[in-house]
Amino acid sequence: VDFALNEEQRMFRSMFRDFAANEIEPQAEEIDHEETLPPAMLRQAANQGFLGATLPEDYFGAELDGVSYAMLIEAVASACMSMAVVMITHVSAVAESILAYGTDAQKEEWLMAMAAGEAVGAFALTEPDAGSDAASLQTQAAEAGDEVVLNGVKSWVTNGEIAGLFLVFARGPEGIDAYLVPVDTPGLTVGYREPTLGLRSATLNTVYLEDCRVPADNRLGAPGQGWEIARQARDREAIGLAAAGLGVAADAIDVAAQFATERVQFGVPIAKKQAIQTYVADCHAQTEALRYLVYHAAWLMDQEEKVSTEAATAKAFAARVARDVTNQMVQVMGGYGYMEDYPMARKYRDARTLGIIGGPTELHQVRVAQKIFAARDVEIEP
Amino acid sequence: MDFTFSPEHTALRRMIREFAENEVAPIAAEIDREHRVPYDVMRKLGEVGLLGVCFPQEYGGMGAGEMGYCILMEELGRICTSTATNVGAHIGIGAMAIYLDGDEEQKEKYLKPLASGEKFAAFGLTESNAGSDAANINTRAVREGDSWFLDGGKIYITNGGYADVITVLAVTDPSLGARGGITAFILESDWEGFSVAREEDKMGIRGTSTAELVFDGLRVPQENVLGKVGEGFVTFMKSLDMGRLTLGAACLGGAQAAVDWSVEWAKTRQQFGAEIAHKQSVQWMIADMATEVEALRSLVYRVAWMVDSGQSFTQLAAMCKMYGSEVASRAIDMALQIHGGLGLSRDFPIERAFRDARIAEIFEGTNEIQRIVIASNIFRQHGVRIRP
Repeated sequence: VDFALNEEQRMFRSMFRDFAANEIEPQAEEIDHEETLPPAMLRQAANQGFLGATLPEDYFGAELDGVSYAMLIEAVASACMSMAVVMITHVSAVAESILAYGTDAQKEEWLMAMAAGEAVGAFALTEPDAGSDAASLQTQAAEAGDEVVLNGVKSWVTNGEIAGLFLVFARGPEGIDAYLVPVDTPGLTVGYREPTLGLRSATLNTVYLEDCRVPADNRLGAPGQGWEIARQARDREAIGLAAAGLGVAADAIDVAAQFATERVQFGVPIAKKQAIQTYVADCHAQTEALRYLVYHAAWLMDQEEKVSTEAATAKAFAARVARDVTNQMVQVMGGYGYMEDYPMARKYRDARTLGIIGGPTELHQVRVAQKIFAARDVEIEP
Repeated sequence: MDFTFSPEHTALRRMIREFAENEVAPIAAEIDREHRVPYDVMRKLGEVGLLGVCFPQEYGGMGAGEMGYCILMEELGRICTSTATNVGAHIGIGAMAIYLDGDEEQKEKYLKPLASGEKFAAFGLTESNAGSDAANINTRAVREGDSWFLDGGKIYITNGGYADVITVLAVTDPSLGARGGITAFILESDWEGFSVAREEDKMGIRGTSTAELVFDGLRVPQENVLGKVGEGFVTFMKSLDMGRLTLGAACLGGAQAAVDWSVEWAKTRQQFGAEIAHKQSVQWMIADMATEVEALRSLVYRVAWMVDSGQSFTQLAAMCKMYGSEVASRAIDMALQIHGGLGLSRDFPIERAFRDARIAEIFEGTNEIQRIVIASNIFRQHGVRIRP
């Protein structure tokens, strides 16, 4: 066991923190109010190589290891969780799926463009009647010569409004298939944007596929392999979201702890009050426990092991920790924690979304229980 | 013991529920979205007598007691936290201070139009250096003949942006502190020297006004001293006790709504081939929130009965506010989880309820202050004096 970051990871971490502090944090409040992510922010991230964070250098990626990537997401989320979620979807869910399953031609066509930020990726799996229940997907993929015709409705598609490329999951003759669908494909329409509690500068949209034709060559992986592609993407996404939860929780403690040293009540900074000390200590313990769940899961993924259980554990825990820690830190700041011109209210709204997006906590917990009981020869159905 | 509501209170609840569903429910989402105080609703509440629900008939009130007032707050809290908050600041702390310690002329002049909704009230306590440490105020009142001159300001004042009548605390003798040195005054917002400096942009209760008030050489006549000179802090703390109980009642309504929405949704939403009502994770959440709601209901109405029967209730009012706000937050958090994506969407009421509920753990005395009130009461009975 070695808990130390190597020299490169330490250097990366300070670079990520600088990027978050200089390029994202100053705009975080405004973009939340305006509910848009400025293209310039994505360009800045692309210039640093962050939109191809884990891609090989051949595709202009930054080729980060798993732990460094988790630290990147953590740093970005500490400034703005919306931006972190946009990046997780783009890098972990879409680009890495192409890297893992794409043909050389598909990788050539998309990965450089994604790393450069010319094409943002969107992950179109969820449907109105298949929230947690992704196996009951209704979107159809019908073969028509050397084309495939897609029909169906996808909901809560992250990056819907800013995407150049949609990774669409649909039911084909041999099971679930995955397709690469460029945004300008006739028949693909980006529809209603969910007005959400948090993550307000990310876009979550309904996407309609109406006789949407793509070349059969746009299938990612083999026929029927879509479900496995989705599973792996969701494992990576879960670790990314857990890292985002870590970032928002850790930063909430930083902001509230600073406030507690400055806010004087009853003649002393409230940091001197035992109740505040208890809140901060308890939140710190949860956040540090989360940190090691996240880094461990990220490291394990680099060892090319199946990480479904670790990813689900980290995501479920992160959702709880991010919610509870931001909630407690709102309390430390009192009235100031409730005002939108201080950052804590936004952090609290953003953090709460983690219990739902990327699959609800209950589903992740069932996945963990499945593994625990499988070791005892008991099969668990969700 | 008798846990039933009187026929009068049952009829009152029916009338309020009808009002809330017909007049408040249709605008609840809109006032949040538009960040707008529902003046029309406030005026109508006055017209039907509800803004005087707990005051005696001689002041234009309904005489339904604290019990009736809790029913009003529960029913409004069920539908719209912003409206409940506007009403709570108006009746529960604003007008209440005048009712509790005002003289007959003050009640005639101010309480009557407040009870009828011709005028609106706010309660001016908090300052930038006096939040939880409420006695640490800096607003100063200096006496010159028959007048007092106020300089200073208040922050985070609910109803502050539109209230006509505002009760405020100011230091009248800096050498004496909270006991003896602080006096309550009744101000009118159209007096010279009064201004609204700022409206806050809040996470929730966006259908309310939370304002910063500035007093600049504001002249207040002697007859507008509320209670005795030097005893204002006590007047304000008594009002807050009432406000805390009824805030608990509003939280009860919010928490009950969370249970109701969750049950309805769980009956219809299908996942993995069955209604989610059949999932134990959902059942546990429903059971937990329903249990807490029932415990809160018993607490709130027991304390209302204590108030109406003249018993002391400071410690229990603090419990109502603290427990009520936490029960509501937990219940709404669970309702959000049960609703999944819909729980996050501003198109449905849970998202608003989630933002709205969070304030109740903070305002009218943070829950930390409530715990201090409760603990000091308990330790005092055991001969131990504790300081915050």
